[in-house]
Amino acid sequence: MTGFRTLLYKEMLRFWKVSFQTVAAPIITALLYLLVFSHVLEGRVQVYPGVPYTAFLIPGLAMMSLLQNAFANSSSSVIQSKVTGNIIFILLPPLSHAEFYWAYVVAAVVRGLMVGLGVFSVTLVTVAVPVPHPFWALAFAIMGGAILGALGLIAGIWADKFDQLATFQNFIIVPLTFLAGVFYSIHSLPPFWQAVSHLNPFFYMIDGFRFGFFDASDVPPGRSLFVVGVCFAVLSFVALQMIKRGWKLRH
Amino acid sequence: MAPAIEVRQAYKRYGDVQALDGVDLSVEPGEFFALLGPNGAGKTTLISVLAGLARADRGEVRVMGYDVRVNYREARRALGVVPQELVFDPFFTVRETLRIQSGYFGLRRNDAWIDEVIERLDLTAKANANMRSLSGGMKRRVLVAQALVHKPPVIILDEPTAGVDVELRQGLWEFVRQLNAAGHTIVLTTHYLEEAETLCGRVAMLKNGRVVALDTTRNVLAGVSGIHLKLKLDPDRLPVELAERSVPGPEGYRVLPIQSHDETPDIMIALRRDGVTVQELELLQPDLEEAFVQIMGRR
Ligand SMILES: Nc1ncnc2c1ncn2[C@@H]1O[C@H](COP(=O)(O)OP(=O)(O)O)[C@@H](O)[C@H]1O
Ligand SMILES: [Mg+2]
Repeated sequence: MTGFRTLLYKEMLRFWKVSFQTVAAPIITALLYLLVFSHVLEGRVQVYPGVPYTAFLIPGLAMMSLLQNAFANSSSSVIQSKVTGNIIFILLPPLSHAEFYWAYVVAAVVRGLMVGLGVFSVTLVTVAVPVPHPFWALAFAIMGGAILGALGLIAGIWADKFDQLATFQNFIIVPLTFLAGVFYSIHSLPPFWQAVSHLNPFFYMIDGFRFGFFDASDVPPGRSLFVVGVCFAVLSFVALQMIKRGWKLRH
Repeated sequence: MAPAIEVRQAYKRYGDVQALDGVDLSVEPGEFFALLGPNGAGKTTLISVLAGLARADRGEVRVMGYDVRVNYREARRALGVVPQELVFDPFFTVRETLRIQSGYFGLRRNDAWIDEVIERLDLTAKANANMRSLSGGMKRRVLVAQALVHKPPVIILDEPTAGVDVELRQGLWEFVRQLNAAGHTIVLTTHYLEEAETLCGRVAMLKNGRVVALDTTRNVLAGVSGIHLKLKLDPDRLPVELAERSVPGPEGYRVLPIQSHDETPDIMIALRRDGVTVQELELLQPDLEEAFVQIMGRR
């Protein structure tokens, strides 16, 4: 357990030492999104009856920031260690595969939660958003962070260079989060795109998360949590296999 | 007791390069062992395989009796590696680096030993400095300290003195010698062969992924080059029977290979009989450098 705890501590200290870039900056970005979108769309778009657009937007933005930062944490840490060579400091000790995996995932969840909570708190200055089901919201926040943390770990192990990682981020992570219904409800989409959205696992994270706030969702939250859970189990299996085989880590 | 290091028929290929080509090697606990060879011989690859950083395509590799794949946790706990490359984590200070490394090995309250290592490696003044701000030599010391946080019975140093000033080199060897005296098995690679000669009881020489020499340092020295007698003569000529044996030497000198010191009187007698006086006489002891050149030139 000490090995796991130390690696987790190191991963958290790593982003905390540069928290201005890793926590504060994404919160400011999300705030800018909110100001621009709510200014343009407030009063024109109503997704759920009685819910102002700005209030609808806040949980989605918080979740999107959470997901992107969870991914950024594990992926950038691994690629940086690989490129600079200091990955050997964690390859030489007797850390088990599971310790290695969970330390990266939990650190990613922690950073994601900090950013997500930060976005949520800061945006409260614009409009108060109730949280009738905090445990649903928290469950999806944690699972979403864990999924993106695992994805980040996989991407970091796979990539040999920073630009490969950027490709992964720009062409997979960002589109999937944007198209998951952060800025809209998929009910406003044509049927074909609604069906496509149901194939996007990120959709379930955001939809389930939003249920915690508005007591309304496109998919029942239990089903969303199931989909998200299966997703995480598959990614965990893949990541653990990669670590066990030493793929791209041990030559 | 199991050997500290045991490598049997290890093969490792990188693309077209056969980095390890059937390496057999065994190092006993408590030895001070040198792994020598030109660049690209496979030294770092062998160390990586021992440390689990690389995986052998074939063969059996054990540290303190633990298979580096099957019992990877025990094997890694028994091993401390100072890597060849000067790597560091720019986010942390020296002390943070060592505490974290210690934690990876499952050690929590290890500050007493960390302090001792910091002091022994002359890092005290830099203990709270960020790794980024350290000079190359200082970073090298931290790498040594990191390899020692868990007091491993086996310590491998991959060219620890490359690009390091003389003072640190001597301090480092003094420290490593004490670790060896305290029972740690030491394996090192170095380009400074005189270091290996004075420190190591046994050497292995690697070439193109194969072990081409493996013996005690003394035997390697004796076996390869023997002793030479360097003579300045007046007049500068050798009797026929000696001239046949002579080998090329420096300008104005004659060099004769001899089997042992016992031959010297006979040579003196032969010279005097021929009316040649000896102005200078020097016994050239073989050194590892010469042995290395000769062994690498063979085959
Ligand atoms: N990761 C790697 N990928 C490809 N080739 C490698 C790798 N590591 C080592 N090699 C090759 O294997 C051979 C042995 O290298 P190395 O073990 O570093 O030698 P040494 O440490 O004795 O100088 C060299 O030809 C080197 O180019
Ligand atoms: Mg090398």
